[in-house]
Amino acid sequence: MVKKTKSLNLNFGPQHPAAHGVLRLILELDGEVVEKADPHIGLLHRGTEKLIEQKTYTQALPYFDRLDYVAPMNQEHAFALAAEKLLNIEVPIRAKYIRVIFCEIGRILSHILNVTTQALDVGALTPSLWGFEERETLMTFYERASGSRLHANYFRTGGVHQDIPLKLVEDIEKFCKSFPKIIDDLEGLLTDNRIFKQRNVEIGIVSKQEALDHSFSGVMLRGSGVPWDLRRSQPYEIYKDLDFKIPVGKNGDCYDRYLCRIEEMRESVKIILQCVEKLPKGPIKSIDGKISPPNRNDLKESMEALIHHFKLFTEGYRVPKGDVYTAVEAPKGEFGVYLISDGSNKPYRCKIRAPGFSHLQAMDYLIRGHMLADVPAVLGSLDIVFGEVDR
Amino acid sequence: MIENLKKLEKFINSELTSKIQSSLINNNELSIEIDEQYLIEVIQFLKSNDKCKFRQLIDIAGVDYPDAEKRFQLVYLLLSHENNNRIKIIIKFEINQIINSITKIFPSANWMEREVFDMYGIKFKNHPDLRRILTDYGFKGHPLRKDFPLTGFNEVRYSEKEKKVIYEPVKLEQNYRNFDFESPWEGTNYIKDLKNKGANGKKN
Repeated sequence: MVKKTKSLNLNFGPQHPAAHGVLRLILELDGEVVEKADPHIGLLHRGTEKLIEQKTYTQALPYFDRLDYVAPMNQEHAFALAAEKLLNIEVPIRAKYIRVIFCEIGRILSHILNVTTQALDVGALTPSLWGFEERETLMTFYERASGSRLHANYFRTGGVHQDIPLKLVEDIEKFCKSFPKIIDDLEGLLTDNRIFKQRNVEIGIVSKQEALDHSFSGVMLRGSGVPWDLRRSQPYEIYKDLDFKIPVGKNGDCYDRYLCRIEEMRESVKIILQCVEKLPKGPIKSIDGKISPPNRNDLKESMEALIHHFKLFTEGYRVPKGDVYTAVEAPKGEFGVYLISDGSNKPYRCKIRAPGFSHLQAMDYLIRGHMLADVPAVLGSLDIVFGEVDR
Repeated sequence: MIENLKKLEKFINSELTSKIQSSLINNNELSIEIDEQYLIEVIQFLKSNDKCKFRQLIDIAGVDYPDAEKRFQLVYLLLSHENNNRIKIIIKFEINQIINSITKIFPSANWMEREVFDMYGIKFKNHPDLRRILTDYGFKGHPLRKDFPLTGFNEVRYSEKEKKVIYEPVKLEQNYRNFDFESPWEGTNYIKDLKNKGANGKKN
């Protein structure tokens, strides 16, 4: 006797709270077992790359805040580095420290969001309430430096926009002293929690080889035991002089990735503390008047400053012909910018390499054979933000 | 770092002699240009050779040069964890040419090639599932081509009358304004700069 089986097609999203944004996942189910997953992305596609081609380098920068909107400054960093590499200019040392401080704040922002929402997806509500309070504090740091909580637009080619207020450094230091306690609390809720472990241990396992083949980066790669972090292996800014560890997972499952993120937050706190301690005095942007705009005060008195100001905010600066690829270790993985300049004031082509794009691509391979209930757990541990996947 | 790249450049040039059109180290980055028919072999070589070990495909970037004889370029960015190197493979080809898919070598190329197909209309041979990826269902045109207008052709809105989302041709209250701020003047050659240049020139 032949028994006919029919698989069930399930539409997961685009309006599903566990889809972390506008993901439409078409699942083929056999009972409760997922046979195939086909992610439909692009519902948040805004044509960032096309828009950047029409804007000057200064105007292109804010678009990077809107990619991975959980850690905006890390994205800006990649673009700023690319333009600096083409222009071949030096960034003042103080600006480098400020950049690193805010990149690490971005990393904590992103990891808190991911860890707590992953907990939320598998049934724990409290961590997100605790975590979001800390995120709020961190976003006020963003606000005090740049003027806005999320879309900072703070980094500039050649440095950062403005110097940070004096008291901000103290407050960041205070936060760094108190934050490890919060991580302990979060860990107390999750790390040994029976339900959390049942939902995450040995779910969505990625082997070393597969992580490489699927172009994984960041925590997805380290969770599988590949010790690769761009801050260490291809150091940019001042990461060479800082003392921090790279947490690496063992089994490559969702639980290991969670542990990696928790440890990375602790390391980020250490990095910020070191930067706060060493933070040197000096200029915060390149002193080259052809690239960074003049001081507001000078505009009233210096003719040259006025001309520079006018030229920079209309024409912008021109970038020498050439192409570069620069990558930074964003919280989600390797965030890269491939920039082609034709020698004019606008990028000829700006390809954005978003880590989430390759991670989400592996969804089908990760989820095949798992139960339907594991979909949110795996999705949560991939750390998907649609701003960067769809661009 | 640069030393390593130079060595690598030499090695690749000696191994793949005829397949390579040109190689260049610029801004500390190695890029090699190859003929599009050798793509699979070159990528396979770079991935499996013991001295190269480019085990990870970072991205595939399409570039459009409407005025060039070979209009499109594809740039394959590869990364080697073992040697801590990056490399760019560039292929140039004409508008209707079909490119070999590298999904067999790197499974992650699947979506990257779909994105290139979506954005530039470049077709790939032996791709398992060449569909649009980022644009809307039923979208027409290839947005990242230079001749595609920034504002696009269609816009969507919810129609109260028809009780559904409808597509309409783009209507702009004001035309898109593309200001050309680029000044035709090159600026002055300051005497100090000229002197410096002269001094440098002598050294070289």
